[in-house]
Amino acid sequence: MNDEVATFVGPAIDWFSVSPIVVLLCGALLLLLVGSLTPQWRRGGYGLASAVIALIAIALSVFLWRDISSSGPKLLVGSALALDQFAVLASIAICSAVVLVSLVTSDYLASENADSPEIYALYLTAAIGGIVMAASNDLVVLFLGLETLSLSLYLLAASNRKRTQSQEAGLKYFILGGFASAFFLYGVALTYGTTGSTRLVDINLALNSYITVPRNDTLLLVGVGLMLIGFGFKVSLVPFQAWTPDVYQGSPTPVTAFMASVGKVAALVALVRVFVTAFPSRADDWGPVVLVLSALTLIVGSVVAIIQVDVKRMLAYSSISHAGFILVGLEVSSHRSSPDVGDGLIAIGVYVALYAALVVGTFSVVTVVAQNTNDGATSLDAFKSLGKRKPLLALAMTVLLLAQAGVPLTSGFVAKFGIIQAAVAVGSYELAVIAMVCAVIAAFVYLRIMVSMWSSEATTTEPFKVSSFSAISIAIAVLTTLVIGILPNLLLDLTSNLSQLASK
Amino acid sequence: MISANTEVLNFPILTMLVILPVIGSIVVALLGKSRPEWMKLSALISSVTTAALSLWLLGVFKSGEAGFQFVSQHEWISQWGISWHLGVDGISLFLVVLTGILFPLVIVGIDPHHDETSYFAWMLLLQAGVMGSFLSLDLFLFFVMFEIVLVPMYFLIAGWGYDQRIYAALKFFLYTMAGSAFMLVGIIATVVLAHRDLGVVTFDLVKIAEGANFSRTAGRWLFLSFAIAFAVKVPLFPFHTWLPDAHTQAPTGGSVILAGVLLKMGTYGFLRFGVYLFPKAAMWARPAIFTLAVIGIIYGAIAATMQRDLKRLVAYSSVAHLGFIVLGTFALSTQAVTGAVMQMVNHGVSTGALFLLVGMIYERRHTREISELRGIQHVAPIFAGVFTVVMLSSVGLPGLNGFVGEFLILIGSFGPARWWTVVATVGVVLAALYLLWAYQRVFHGEPDEANSSFKEITIREGLLMSVFVAIIVVSGIYPKPILDRIEPSVAALISHVEGKTK
Repeated sequence: MNDEVATFVGPAIDWFSVSPIVVLLCGALLLLLVGSLTPQWRRGGYGLASAVIALIAIALSVFLWRDISSSGPKLLVGSALALDQFAVLASIAICSAVVLVSLVTSDYLASENADSPEIYALYLTAAIGGIVMAASNDLVVLFLGLETLSLSLYLLAASNRKRTQSQEAGLKYFILGGFASAFFLYGVALTYGTTGSTRLVDINLALNSYITVPRNDTLLLVGVGLMLIGFGFKVSLVPFQAWTPDVYQGSPTPVTAFMASVGKVAALVALVRVFVTAFPSRADDWGPVVLVLSALTLIVGSVVAIIQVDVKRMLAYSSISHAGFILVGLEVSSHRSSPDVGDGLIAIGVYVALYAALVVGTFSVVTVVAQNTNDGATSLDAFKSLGKRKPLLALAMTVLLLAQAGVPLTSGFVAKFGIIQAAVAVGSYELAVIAMVCAVIAAFVYLRIMVSMWSSEATTTEPFKVSSFSAISIAIAVLTTLVIGILPNLLLDLTSNLSQLASK
Repeated sequence: MISANTEVLNFPILTMLVILPVIGSIVVALLGKSRPEWMKLSALISSVTTAALSLWLLGVFKSGEAGFQFVSQHEWISQWGISWHLGVDGISLFLVVLTGILFPLVIVGIDPHHDETSYFAWMLLLQAGVMGSFLSLDLFLFFVMFEIVLVPMYFLIAGWGYDQRIYAALKFFLYTMAGSAFMLVGIIATVVLAHRDLGVVTFDLVKIAEGANFSRTAGRWLFLSFAIAFAVKVPLFPFHTWLPDAHTQAPTGGSVILAGVLLKMGTYGFLRFGVYLFPKAAMWARPAIFTLAVIGIIYGAIAATMQRDLKRLVAYSSVAHLGFIVLGTFALSTQAVTGAVMQMVNHGVSTGALFLLVGMIYERRHTREISELRGIQHVAPIFAGVFTVVMLSSVGLPGLNGFVGEFLILIGSFGPARWWTVVATVGVVLAALYLLWAYQRVFHGEPDEANSSFKEITIREGLLMSVFVAIIVVSGIYPKPILDRIEPSVAALISHVEGKTK
């Protein structure tokens, strides 16, 4: 017994390369510990602390990015984690979302008189899960990340104890999320059974090194399919999207912003990494499935959004159609014979990073608007006459909505353009056209919100308050949207090597 | 062959034409609250300076040269081969000048009645977008400008329009955006396919048009993807249904701009992008486009005849007029295309002026119903006189500008599109019918009580209209300087088409 313990050798860990995760973890624990041992902090204290922790993680990620630029991508911790620009970009996007959401949450909780450190600690742990997911090179590690993220999100969704909708959202998310995790895990098991490994790189090697007998390939494909279903739930692809509008609507709005950004970015990046790294040899099998899923997601997401009357539900469906757009990039990655196949990954990376800022900004405005109604409602009526009462806020929302619609000179257009360009370059014309037409349908939804804001007469003359943290957070999102929209080369310069995933 | 004229002025005049209105718009937005009187002044200064620049451009433009002049090219998004690439030739010159002149007139001449700051800010942004569309020689830049125009126009219709403004604005935005969705895919596909011939990824219009050889099928699909966007914008029958709504519901200023320059982005796009990039496919699509254009001419005329709302009538007359322009564009003879380009400007002037006049009638009577108006000639003879001149220009009376363009289109199209031209000629007669009939009902007869107090044209309105009347008369009597500048570029385009389709 003792011998066995003695012979177990832990993997060598390059601590600097995992420092963002370590910082977030220590930060979360410290925040929770110190926060619970000290009396209530001054207004905004917890939020600020959480934002600072995430900022440190961003700074470290930027250093990592530069390391990768000079010495190339590599695998960490016994090949469990990948260190490449794709992963680091995702962790920067996730941490940025944490910064912005923490600021908004701080105002939100202050207005509800419920500011406490737990929420922020959960944001930080969720971010850890997200980063692990995005960087994992091992299906089991991926699952760990997924669960860390999901468990935090379940709690966050139910965190508003005063509202039954919030608890309902939490429970609904928990049950369906549990199903999804089970599906995913079953898929992992079948894949392991066929290939003998859970490491993405080794799975690919195993699948390439020998020709599997037909029976085994069936098992493998079932496994891959089950994993896709699991991811489908997390990313809310059609037909696995049913929970999204309810949960988005019921959760506290800052949490919705967090889910829509961090949850989605992490799951999408992980999904893409798994398929591109582990199963490129089966691209002909999963390519068409992804094509159908992405077309369905785009169409249902944008069409059903039209008939909603609640802004959070509208944005929930719009986030579904965004996921469809990103999936187009994955479909591009299945065209392995094309020389432009790498464009898909770059387009996805750019899209998720820009989308994260965009969606946080949009939901932040929704949070502020809901705070200024009597009952925290987020119906379209709550936005009426915002242009008259708070022109700047309405203008910010207009920019964000136009960006979501993909109007030029906003980051949304840059993101969509990248995806469409990648799709056309590999010859997926039909998907490109479907995506663009759906973008137009989705534009109708954003226009409806804009109409409400600008064209309706004031229904109330009550003073409208925008707290400073929320204002900062919205301003940052809008600035990113415009600067990248007008000068996309700032971002594109950095991302030209994004498609080199870590493989050794 | 069209070659880019590399001569560069020291002063980046084209860039300034696009940037100046943007600066103006920002200044207006910033000054709006604190200094309303300065806000108006800065809107005026910005638009008048732009107009002066565009007139200066007209002055220094080298007549008789075919290529692009004052080209300005700067790298923008180098990763995608996209540059800030502007240039002007005979085809775009007068549209640029029209854009330059029309906006200050609208800004000076028409009161928005409320929320002036945002109205002027949107107007100036709109001007920048339109200018950019006419000047872009980069497919990406063109798309950006083409699409960005929707935003200010949407807000102008939705914010300052009439009763059904929200519906009209939504319809306008979605129709046009749906069209451009196809164009975006088309643009990217063009670049990707051209990559194989050119060896580099570039969105440069001239490089792609001169260097790329698309296969027959690919060319057709690409042409169609562009054509849908432009057909919606023009609008070509059956994509026209947004136009009457948008025109009727838009504020007068919006209608003038919409008719004056916005619709021209479609016809100009057909010529500059559709025909220039895909000559073979354009040849192939000709019969279908001729047919749609002629249907548009006849349908627009008949629909105009039956309208009870004066503004709607003018809107439908636009459908008919633009049918002529499209017919001329695709006839692809030097005469017809020159006529089409000229007619783009003419229609902008005369229909813009008609919308202004209808707007003035509405200001006075708060109705546009033809049946409510009667005998205005008696109480406001000068107003009626101005209306007559503008209307006759729209009808195409010899001696006024409309005749020159229409005549050239019909002559030039008769060869390549004989029977379509014959049918189109009926449209000329119908134009006389619906406009004269409307004039008769509104201006003749004895004014009833409500109309007898119709105010005569004011000095401000008179000055405003005199600019339009002057352009109508001068370019009608002596169109040579205009044609001299348009024709070389058109001839070069036609020989490019002939070279590629041989």
